[in-house]
Amino acid sequence: MSKIKRGVSLYSFQEELFLGQMTVEDCIAFAASIGATGIELLPEQNMPSFPDVTDAEVAWWQETVSAHGCELTCYDMFLDTKRRKDRLMSDDEQVDSIRRDLTLCNRLGIRNMRILVFVRPDILARCVPYAEELDVHMGVEVHAPWHLEHAWILRTIDTADRLGTKHLGILPDMGIFMKHYPPVFRARFERQGARPEITQFIVDQHEQKIMSEYTIYEVAVKMQGNKAEVAMAETLRHAPYANPKRLKEYAPYFRHIQAKFYEMDADATDPSIAYDEVIPVLAEAGWEGTLSSEYEGNRWIQDVMPVDSREQVRRQHTMFERLIGEQA
Amino acid sequence: MFDKYLIVDDSVRATTDGFAFEARLGYYRGLGLSMIEDLGVTLDGEAVPRDAIRFDEGAGPITLADMETAYDRRWNFGAKATISVVGQGALAPGEHRLTLAERLRVSYLPFPSINTDEKTVSIAG
Repeated sequence: MSKIKRGVSLYSFQEELFLGQMTVEDCIAFAASIGATGIELLPEQNMPSFPDVTDAEVAWWQETVSAHGCELTCYDMFLDTKRRKDRLMSDDEQVDSIRRDLTLCNRLGIRNMRILVFVRPDILARCVPYAEELDVHMGVEVHAPWHLEHAWILRTIDTADRLGTKHLGILPDMGIFMKHYPPVFRARFERQGARPEITQFIVDQHEQKIMSEYTIYEVAVKMQGNKAEVAMAETLRHAPYANPKRLKEYAPYFRHIQAKFYEMDADATDPSIAYDEVIPVLAEAGWEGTLSSEYEGNRWIQDVMPVDSREQVRRQHTMFERLIGEQA
Repeated sequence: MFDKYLIVDDSVRATTDGFAFEARLGYYRGLGLSMIEDLGVTLDGEAVPRDAIRFDEGAGPITLADMETAYDRRWNFGAKATISVVGQGALAPGEHRLTLAERLRVSYLPFPSINTDEKTVSIAG
């Protein structure tokens, strides 16, 4: 039986949390109710006292997740290199900021940290001794339009290999496996005035995996597309379908996955992201980390209907149970 | 990602020398005030001068110029802050068209993040 675990990122409930319709504890309780065991958090979203988080607050988090039978699985860090208007953060300041996050991550008892993809590998190399000391794995987020074998990502892999460390690697975001164009994207562009024949063309081009710049030129110049049509074509730049089979080779470098999705159908299938191809590869690799739901569909539907993040996450977990259960 | 929620519904009120309203940050996390490059306010199609705008997340009103170096203050995720327009004369009763454009310096983006909301607001007579 596969040892892939199911978790939820609090990012998934951003609509309800932003509007004060759910509390953090509501989110944790819901995740537990659908059998998820891992909770991923964004301190800068979910901890109002950040960065001055008290021991009492740390204890509250640990006790709350524990009371629901869950554990904290991943800490999503940020790095404000542009904090000052007059200059970028120096290298020393960047290392200090990441060290601050590693320390809070360790205080929370979390062993995985999501590193933003733009953080330089040489900065991370300087953080490795702290990550090792605090036993936190720094996983550089492999987020579209980057992909597993993008040269920028390979620099982190090379750095980890060179240092011989188990505390630096990657953290794939499943948005890189967009096999089909999300219907929920298309629908919103149509509400904004994109004509159905143009949106169908864009979907067809994506389905054929035609490189985005060809489609953008066709829509913007040859078809004289309107604003919504051009904007839709431009989303193709961030809509890659990387090869799921490559996950096996890179499995030693990641311990956590952000299970991005935009919409689940009522029958608990994802019309866009190729989880049916991804999960068998993870199982075959013997991967034992957490698939952490990251629902990002709210921004595509909030103009026309109420957002129900719970139902979306529930459906994704029904799919995970099915796909994980099918593995030997 | 949260554009339609930036101006808090029914929060606009006239003041002795302008008006004030509640607003949220259009971002999925909180942000230090030094990274909020601009809060552009337009009333009935006319842009409010930058130096007439004050921001207060709870630590006291601050000008947009002073926000640029407010390294120890944050606008938290989902939190309502007060944006005021001062020195303009009290806002007249009736309906007005209000827009808010938040320009954020998000470190990992190659360009500024601009988040805009526009609402018709009603001021009681």
